[in-house]
Amino acid sequence: MADKALIRAEAERAFALFQAAGAQAVETDLLQPSEVLLDLYGEDIRARAYVTSDAVRGEQMLRPDFTVPIVQAHMADGAEPARYTYMGEVFRQQDAGTGRPREYLQVGYEVFDRASPADADAEVFALFAEALKGRELHASIGDIGVLIAAVRGLTTSEPRRAALLRHIWRPTRFRALLDRFAGRAPMPHGREALVAALAGQDVAALVSGAGPEIGLRSADEVEARLASLREDTEVAPIPSTEIDAVSAILNLLGGADQAAGQLAEIAVGFPAIKAAAQGFVRRLHALAARGVDVETLSYEGSYGRTSMEYYDGFVFGFARDGAAPVASGGRYDALTRMLGQGREIPAVGGVIRPALLQQEGA
Amino acid sequence: MSLKLAVPSKGRLMEDTFAWFGARGVGLSRAGSEREYAGAVTGAEGVELILMSAGEIPRELAAGRIDLGVTGTDLVREKIPLWADKVDPLAEMGFGHANLILAVPQFWVDVSNLDDLDAVAAAFRARHGFRLRIATKYHRLVREHLTRAGVADYQLVDSQGATEGTIKNATAEAVADITSTGATLEANHLKILDGEPILRSQATLFASKTSQADVALMSALCATLGLGDKNF
Repeated sequence: MADKALIRAEAERAFALFQAAGAQAVETDLLQPSEVLLDLYGEDIRARAYVTSDAVRGEQMLRPDFTVPIVQAHMADGAEPARYTYMGEVFRQQDAGTGRPREYLQVGYEVFDRASPADADAEVFALFAEALKGRELHASIGDIGVLIAAVRGLTTSEPRRAALLRHIWRPTRFRALLDRFAGRAPMPHGREALVAALAGQDVAALVSGAGPEIGLRSADEVEARLASLREDTEVAPIPSTEIDAVSAILNLLGGADQAAGQLAEIAVGFPAIKAAAQGFVRRLHALAARGVDVETLSYEGSYGRTSMEYYDGFVFGFARDGAAPVASGGRYDALTRMLGQGREIPAVGGVIRPALLQQEGA
Repeated sequence: MSLKLAVPSKGRLMEDTFAWFGARGVGLSRAGSEREYAGAVTGAEGVELILMSAGEIPRELAAGRIDLGVTGTDLVREKIPLWADKVDPLAEMGFGHANLILAVPQFWVDVSNLDDLDAVAAAFRARHGFRLRIATKYHRLVREHLTRAGVADYQLVDSQGATEGTIKNATAEAVADITSTGATLEANHLKILDGEPILRSQATLFASKTSQADVALMSALCATLGLGDKNF
């Protein structure tokens, strides 16, 4: 473990750089109410965060990340546009034997700006590249927005598209659903029998005959889902050309420049991703305009899919090959919508983990 | 130093454990009155019997404060992180069978598996504004199971007892609990989801891997119990 003082010095250096770039330094509480984090991340966060309880305030978590409290603070009373930077500890439970630290410093930079998303993406990336200059790290980028556009453009029913969108950040489940909706894998066991049993039946009688209506989920909701299951059996399989396009997008791997060309090529046969592919090219231009050498950038079609589920556009990371990223970040427009109570703002940012940087430098 | 053997302190589980040891030539009994939590051992050298709440036996085994303990697989897996590093299952005892299962109201005719539960959780969250609640005391096991299956949009709510009643009380939409016959679920108008249970549990004799047990005594006890040669 690198010396704590060295790590802190490393953090201070990035923190100063981010402030010099025009970001306002902000602090957040160490104790965060569980409710918002749970609502956002789901049960998994309970396994990852340190949960504690307060007799008055209820369940609290030791800050597992900065993004959520910063977005909340910005949505409550932030000026526009805004740039924030922060430095402090985050806490994560780790499995025994992994040797990963349970508390570590993060230094972050977040941009809330409506003007030009492509330029804001490039600004954040270029600033991180500068902060990490000379560290012999490899930069990778991805774009979850392309994948989202592809799913939205699939020739299938709205419920099926929604199911896929919901599971974009769970790759195994996403693939299973995709195979099923393509007719390449069977429907869940018992589905066929259930739908067959519905034919010519009084559905309300079927539901009420099965047992008393108990709990918050009503018989209406059960009947509505039965209706949608019946409709689902009528939905044609997703055309194999579209499945292949989604697979190609997910499997894209190589230089960012070539990836732009390949995305454009995929968009010829699958126009749904055309706008997203053009957005990707605009971002590359914006990166180049800020002095980033896009020829050395790697593109990974699945980058950022298994991290916390809020990145929905540009994603990036800096790492030594095969190691955990020293820095990572991305765009999270949807998160501001979820936390904004009716308001939203395009947002992009990232964090550096100075401890890993110290190890890299050692 | 003698071996410390912990056994559930009351009820059917205690009686079945006494009978299991008795059938193998080791007599276990309460010392003195019914209310005393110490025991007497015959037929085995250097074994001290301790009567303890079944729920605390996993913790004591993991900490190495007892050398042997009888408890359910469910409790060991829920309460001991990396349980396989801390305890060694010596023998499944053939009683106390119970499955950890997920159950939903019987009138949910649209739900029979985890795929359905996931879809319903999404619809429920959209309609009610919060995640579908699953009442349980087995947080770790249930969470790991649902994560593996790719179920999202649910939350666990803690229920330490009378879990089957939480749905009618509108404090949960589904439950995850231990059941042996399913009678309590049935009486509360619930049905078990298809497929493998989250866990099949039974009463099991565990050895602590962290206690400083006397190896000779341990081997002798295992031989008496017919558990064959064990390395300690």
